[in-house]
Amino acid sequence: MPCGRLFPHRIRFLFIFLMSKNMLRSETKQNIIEPSFNNEVKEDKRVLAYHEAIREALQLAMSQDRRIFIMGQGVDDPDGMFGATKNLHLQFGRERVFDTPLSEGALTGISVGAALAGMHPVYFHNRPDFLLLAMDQLVNHAAKWSYMFGGAKNVPLVVWACIGRGWGSAAQHSQALQGLFLHVPGLKLVMPSTCYDAKGLMLAALADQNPVLIMDHRYNFNNKGLVPPKPYTVPIGKGVIRRKGRDVTIVAVSHLVTEAFHAAQEAAAYGIEAEVIDPRTLKPLDEEIILDSVAKTGRLIIADCGWKTGGFTAEIGAMVAERGFNHLKAPIKRIACPDLPMPAAYNLEQAYYIGKNDIKNAILELAR
Amino acid sequence: MMKLSPKVLHNLLFEMMRIRQVQLAIESRYLENEMRTPVHLCIGQEAVAVGVCANLKNNDYINSTHRGHGHYLAKGGSLRALIAELYGRESGCSKGRGGSMHLVDAKVGHYGSSSIVGGGIPVGTGMGLAIKMQKKKNISVIFFGDGAADEGVLYESINFAVLKKLPVIFILENNQYSVCSHISARQAGENIFHAMPAKLLMTKIVNGNDVRQVYDGVNNAVIRARTGRGPSFIECRTYRIRGHAGCETQDVAGYRTVGEIDSWKELCPVASFQKKLLKNKIITPNEINKMERKIENQIKDAFDFALRSPLPAPDTLPLYLFNE
Repeated sequence: MPCGRLFPHRIRFLFIFLMSKNMLRSETKQNIIEPSFNNEVKEDKRVLAYHEAIREALQLAMSQDRRIFIMGQGVDDPDGMFGATKNLHLQFGRERVFDTPLSEGALTGISVGAALAGMHPVYFHNRPDFLLLAMDQLVNHAAKWSYMFGGAKNVPLVVWACIGRGWGSAAQHSQALQGLFLHVPGLKLVMPSTCYDAKGLMLAALADQNPVLIMDHRYNFNNKGLVPPKPYTVPIGKGVIRRKGRDVTIVAVSHLVTEAFHAAQEAAAYGIEAEVIDPRTLKPLDEEIILDSVAKTGRLIIADCGWKTGGFTAEIGAMVAERGFNHLKAPIKRIACPDLPMPAAYNLEQAYYIGKNDIKNAILELAR
Repeated sequence: MMKLSPKVLHNLLFEMMRIRQVQLAIESRYLENEMRTPVHLCIGQEAVAVGVCANLKNNDYINSTHRGHGHYLAKGGSLRALIAELYGRESGCSKGRGGSMHLVDAKVGHYGSSSIVGGGIPVGTGMGLAIKMQKKKNISVIFFGDGAADEGVLYESINFAVLKKLPVIFILENNQYSVCSHISARQAGENIFHAMPAKLLMTKIVNGNDVRQVYDGVNNAVIRARTGRGPSFIECRTYRIRGHAGCETQDVAGYRTVGEIDSWKELCPVASFQKKLLKNKIITPNEINKMERKIENQIKDAFDFALRSPLPAPDTLPLYLFNE
């Protein structure tokens, strides 16, 4: 029976409100300790939430480098971009951390111009969907400037956007558009998956003198992990093996690294050892770490939270077919979102998204 | 009208003559098909580039367009590097990677021109933001055409420049045509920015074929920008004598009348200023001849330099994508 029959309007509203609070908590506010990846942290075992790791990177970089500033709609609001920029305006002032008009097209061009004239902007977007309004400046300008002028000027710029997921965000608030940007020469494309990397890759992006697009994922913000307090960089263009295995190689992106890790752990119960590779940066891509793993396992699964056609899975599949064909013992498996806009209904969302079980099934099928 | 010294007036004339003669030299050799890049000539629009840039210092920034030879030269960009760029040479200002539409000379504050109509507007605005954040005293001047005034990014950029009181001057170089489309087919009326309160945005319409009017109009805007009082918007009304791209014979017929072109040729900014200076005895015919010869020599030198420069080596193709 629809709840409209049971409750008068006002109560119904309250009911929905309370439900949404609970759903939000279970979907996005829960902090999950990251799997014990064989990661880089040896000495300092401090645990930070994902947003705190990004925030600390910005804080360290801004304290060291006067050129760095933060802009974007909502960077100084009480939420502070899911916490990543929270209260930084109090520490660094509103001249260096400022809210912007929604004008994504012009503001991207403005960040390009500021970069040309000696600054290092970090432009925050809470959803990549809005980057589409900035495509001209990202693709025609930021990505071209160094090459087009024979290296006379370069654009040190970080653009950050966070892929949304869940709670009926639907077709225009949950797009994972890394495939579009992967196509464009002149942009570096970074997709962290751990708290450690969120900090280290942000610091690397800010040490880089070129346009770097960090495509983050809302699900990463559920994580807590080991993050040393000192400044450090994670090299752009270097992948990492998150789990060693001999039977199947899984290349997974962003929050799917964690999913792939759990899938691999479960598959181990069947005696199959999957190797999980986190490329960390899609462009430049560490092709060798993938090829070396495929040379060992002969089997490849690629998991991406974007669309299948013309996306990251297609690119990695083609690269391995081109450079590692002789090592393959079975067809490549691609796990990606279907070529459809994201639907809103909760059950359709579940049908649309991919995760641990899809990866696990693929492992079992491939290793059979 | 502001009182200007003969030296400044001579210089305004010299710069306009130089841009005109360079354009004519490019045009005369364009059909040899050795400059394999779409040239967008600014013949008839010289007063805008010269009148604006004569107000600027070396460390002031300009942002230019696909029709940018005049802006580049007026700001002090290297003539040799311009011609070499048109010939696709390694010694070109953009090392042969940019071509006619992508000129740069960082030494004189020209950080590169975009050929996406309107694309340079926010970039120049951002350079103004950097100036303000760095507490410097230079300013950022943005040239764009009436085609760019069709683009929404102009509204977004002016809003931001006014919001942040940036040291930016928006120069609308209204030559009335975007390719073959007349402004009357594209815009509903007078540019809406003229309706902004002067406190927020100083605006002005000047005769873009009169270098003195352009100079004076921009002078006020420069003072305003340098003293932290915010941006200005100056519309310079002029006319595109040549077609959208290429030389005179390559202009397509039928979208405007020959009479219209001829009537604007009568209003030539170079000839009319020359006449005025002669009439007021500020310059002699002999001095003008000397200027012409000087310019001819510079042009000859630049073409010789370009033609004896090597093309970029094919193995340098991947260079410059990133600054590593």
